[in-house]
Amino acid sequence: MERVLARTGIWFAILLLAFVAAAFARDGGYAIHMGIIAIAALIGLWVTISRQDYGAIARGILRMPADPSRYDDEVIRWGVIATVFWGMAGFLAGLYIALQLAYPVLNLGFEYTTFGRLRPLHTSAVIFAFGGNALIASSFYVVQRTCRARLAFPGLARFVFWGYQLFIVLAATGYLLGITQSREYAEPEWYVDLWLTIVWVAYIAVFVGTIVKRAEPHIYVANWFYLAFMLTIAMLHIVNNLAIPVSLLGTKSYSAFSGVQDALTQWWYGHNAVGFFLTAGFLAMMYYFVPKQAERPVYSYRLSIIHFWSLIFLYIWAGPHHLHYTALPDWAQTLGMVFSVMLWMPSWGGMINGLMTLNGAWDKIRTDPIIRMFVISLAFYGMSTFEGPMMSVKSVNSLSHYTDWTIGHVHSGALGWNGMITFGVIYYLTPRLWNRERLFSLRMVNWHFWLATIGIVFYAASMWVAGVTQGLMWREYGADGYLVNSFAETVAALHPMYLLRAFGGLLYLSGAVVMVVNVWRTIAGHLRDEAPMSDAAYDPAKDRPIVAVPAE
Amino acid sequence: MSMAEKHKKLERNVTLLAVAAFATVAIGGIVEIAPLFWIDNTIEKVEGMRPYTPLEQAGRDIYIREGCYVCHSQMIRPFRDEVERYGHYSLAAESMYDHPFQWGSKRTGPDLARVGARYSDEWHVQHLIDPRSMVRESVMPPYAFLKEKDLEIGDPAATLTALTHVGVPYSDRDIDMAEADLKAQANPDLDADDLAERYPKVQIRDFDGDPKRLTEMDALVAYLQMLGTLVDVEGAAAQEELAAHDVEREARP
Amino acid sequence: MSLYDTLRHFADSYALLAMFAAFVVLCAWPFRPGARHRSDEAATMIFKDETDGE
Repeated sequence: MERVLARTGIWFAILLLAFVAAAFARDGGYAIHMGIIAIAALIGLWVTISRQDYGAIARGILRMPADPSRYDDEVIRWGVIATVFWGMAGFLAGLYIALQLAYPVLNLGFEYTTFGRLRPLHTSAVIFAFGGNALIASSFYVVQRTCRARLAFPGLARFVFWGYQLFIVLAATGYLLGITQSREYAEPEWYVDLWLTIVWVAYIAVFVGTIVKRAEPHIYVANWFYLAFMLTIAMLHIVNNLAIPVSLLGTKSYSAFSGVQDALTQWWYGHNAVGFFLTAGFLAMMYYFVPKQAERPVYSYRLSIIHFWSLIFLYIWAGPHHLHYTALPDWAQTLGMVFSVMLWMPSWGGMINGLMTLNGAWDKIRTDPIIRMFVISLAFYGMSTFEGPMMSVKSVNSLSHYTDWTIGHVHSGALGWNGMITFGVIYYLTPRLWNRERLFSLRMVNWHFWLATIGIVFYAASMWVAGVTQGLMWREYGADGYLVNSFAETVAALHPMYLLRAFGGLLYLSGAVVMVVNVWRTIAGHLRDEAPMSDAAYDPAKDRPIVAVPAE
Repeated sequence: MSMAEKHKKLERNVTLLAVAAFATVAIGGIVEIAPLFWIDNTIEKVEGMRPYTPLEQAGRDIYIREGCYVCHSQMIRPFRDEVERYGHYSLAAESMYDHPFQWGSKRTGPDLARVGARYSDEWHVQHLIDPRSMVRESVMPPYAFLKEKDLEIGDPAATLTALTHVGVPYSDRDIDMAEADLKAQANPDLDADDLAERYPKVQIRDFDGDPKRLTEMDALVAYLQMLGTLVDVEGAAAQEELAAHDVEREARP
Repeated sequence: MSLYDTLRHFADSYALLAMFAAFVVLCAWPFRPGARHRSDEAATMIFKDETDGE
C-alpha cells in the first residue's frame, strides 16, 4: 500500500509539473510536449491507482504467456512488438521522403510534411526507435541467458522500456513541430536529451546489475559489446548535446560549441552513433544469436576478444572523415582518414568470425531462412565496412561527399546489416518468447529475405550511380574552360535514380509487411500448413535396388 | 597474484571491463577534439566577422527549424569547381559564431555559404513560396507558409543572452536593444543608425515585399542575404595562411 | 615550448608507444598458453542447460 501511495505521489507530482510548464510555456511546441508528458503521467497515475490490472489485459490481447518463468521476459516481448511497430513507421517514412525527392508535390504544402522535417523523423525512427528497441530487447534477453540470472531491477527495466518509448514520441512529434537542434542523429532538444540521459542511466543500471548478480563466472563476449555500446553512447550523447537553453520553459537551446569545434564534436558523435549504436550493439547480437541459431559455438572466441578491443579503440577516431576538405585542421582530417582505413581490419575480422561460425554447417544457409538472414546481414556488413574506409580516403571523398553515394552507403549498412540481423533476431525470439512450437511460416521468412535483399540491391545500386553521376557532373569542365552543368541540371539528372531508389524501398517495406503478418500470426499461435523449407527429393517407389529380372 | 589470475579478473569483473572499455573509447575523442579548443590557430580571427543581428538570428532559427541543413551545405571546399560555382572556399572563422554549425552533409540543393546578395529579395521570396516557379528542375519543398506567419518575436534579449553564455560577444547594449534592433532591421521607416553602427554591413530593408508585416519570411530572407557577406575573404584567407605558416615555423625546433 | 607542444610531443612518442603496447598485450592475451580451454568454455557456455526460460 505504501508503495502504491509513493508511486501515486510521484505520478501526481510529474503531472502537476508538466501541467504548470505547459501553462507557462514560451512556445507552442513546448506546451504540446509538456501536454504529452502530462498525458503519460496521467496514464501512469491511472494504472497505479485503478484496481484493474491493465498489464494483464494487454498480455491477454497479445497472448503473452504469464511470467514468472525462469527469466524475466515480459519487457522483452514488449520490446519485440515495439521493434516491429517502429520499424514499419520508419520504413514507411523513408519510402515517403524518397518519393518526395522524386515528386516534390508530395511535400503537400503543409509545414509539417516537408522533407526537411520528415527526414529526421525517418532517420530517428529507424535508428533509435527500430534499432534502439531491438538493442534494448535483445540485450535484456542475452544478458539473462548468458548470466543465468533474472533481470536485476525488474521495475527499472520496465521504466527503461516505457521511458524510451516516451523519448521516441517526444522526438518524433518534435520533428514535425520543427523542434530540432539540427545536429544530425541528435536532433531532439535539451529537455528530451535530459530525459534520455535518465532512461539511459537506468538502462545501464539494469544491465550491469544483472551481470553483477550472474551465476556464470565468465562474462560472455556479447555482453562486452553491449556494455561498450551503452557506455560510449552515454558519453557521446552527453558531450554532443551540451547546450544552453534560452528558457527553461521553451524548446530552443544553443549549442555550447560553435563552428569548427561544434562540427567535429557532432561528427565524433555522428560517426560513433554508427560505430557503437549500429555496430557494437548489433555485433553483440551477432555473437549470441548467430551461434545459437547455427547451434555451434562462435568460430573463434579469441578472435572475438581481439575484435572487441580493436574495434572500440579504432572506431572512436574516425569521425573527422565526415569533414574532409572543410575548415577543420588538416591533421584532424588525416587522423580521421588513417583510423578509418585501419578500421577495415577489425570490421572484417568480426565479419569473418561471424560467417565462419557456420563452418561445417554451410548447408544451413539453404535449409534455414533465419540463418540466411544472418549471413546476408554479415555480407552487407562486410560490404559497407569496405565501402566506408574507401570513402574516407580523401581523394575518393572529394567526389563522394555531399552526394547520394553517402546515402547509398549508409543504407547498405542500415538496411543490410542492421535491418537483416534484427529481422533474424525477431524471428528467433518470437516463438521462444511466446512459447510457440515454431514460427507461423518459415516460407514467409524466405519471402521476406528475397524482397529485402532485392530491395537493398536496387537502393544501393541506384544511389551509387546517382552519387557518382552528381559528383562528376559538379566538377565537369567543358573545352572552353567553364563548368558544364548548372546545379539544377544535376538535380534533373538524378530523377530516374530516385525512382529506382523508391522502388527498392518499396520492396524492402513489402518484406517488412510480410514479417508483420508472420510475427502476428506466430503470436496468435497459428501454424501455417506448408511444405518444409528444404527436403531432398524422396520417392519411395524409386527407392529400391534394381533387381535383375532373369531372362525367360 | 599471477598474471593469469589478474586477467581472469578483467574478464570476470564487470567494473574493470567497463573502466577499460571506457578508457579505450575516451582516448580518441580527447586527442582529436580537445586540442581544437586550445590551439590558437584553429580559428584565425578575421576582419569583418560579427555576431548575427537579432533578425538574422531569428532567420537562422527558422533555417534550423525547417531542416534546411538536411539538403544544403554551408561549407565550400577548396576545389576549383566549387570555388567557381559557389565562391571563395569557406574559412574556419566564418562559422565562429555559429551555435550550432550548419556545414551540412549533403547537397540535394546547392551550397549556401555565400548565397547572400547573389539574388534579389524578390527572387528568394518567390523561390521559397514556389521553388519550381523559379527553378523548373528543383525538388525543394514549398515554404509559402513563411510569408503567412507573423514572426514570433518572443524575447530576443533572452536569445542573445543565451548566446553570450556560449561565447558570442554581444554587448550589453546589443542585448538591451535586441527587440528594437529586430524590428528596425526590417522596417526602413524606423531609425536604425544605432543598429548599423553596432552591426557593420547589416542590411536594413523590408525583405518579404510586405512592409506592413514582419513575417517569418522577412527573417529567413534577411539571414540568407547576409550569408558569406561579412568577410573580405581574399584578404582574410591570405591572413589565415600566413598565420598557419607562422605556427609551422615556430613548431620547428 | 608551449604546453600544447610538450603534450603533443609526449602524445606522439611515449604515449603512442604505450598505447600500442597495451593494444598488443590485449590482442596477444587470449593466445597465451592455457587460454584455449577457457575460451572454449566461454564459447560453449551459451549452449549449456538450455531451457530458455521454462
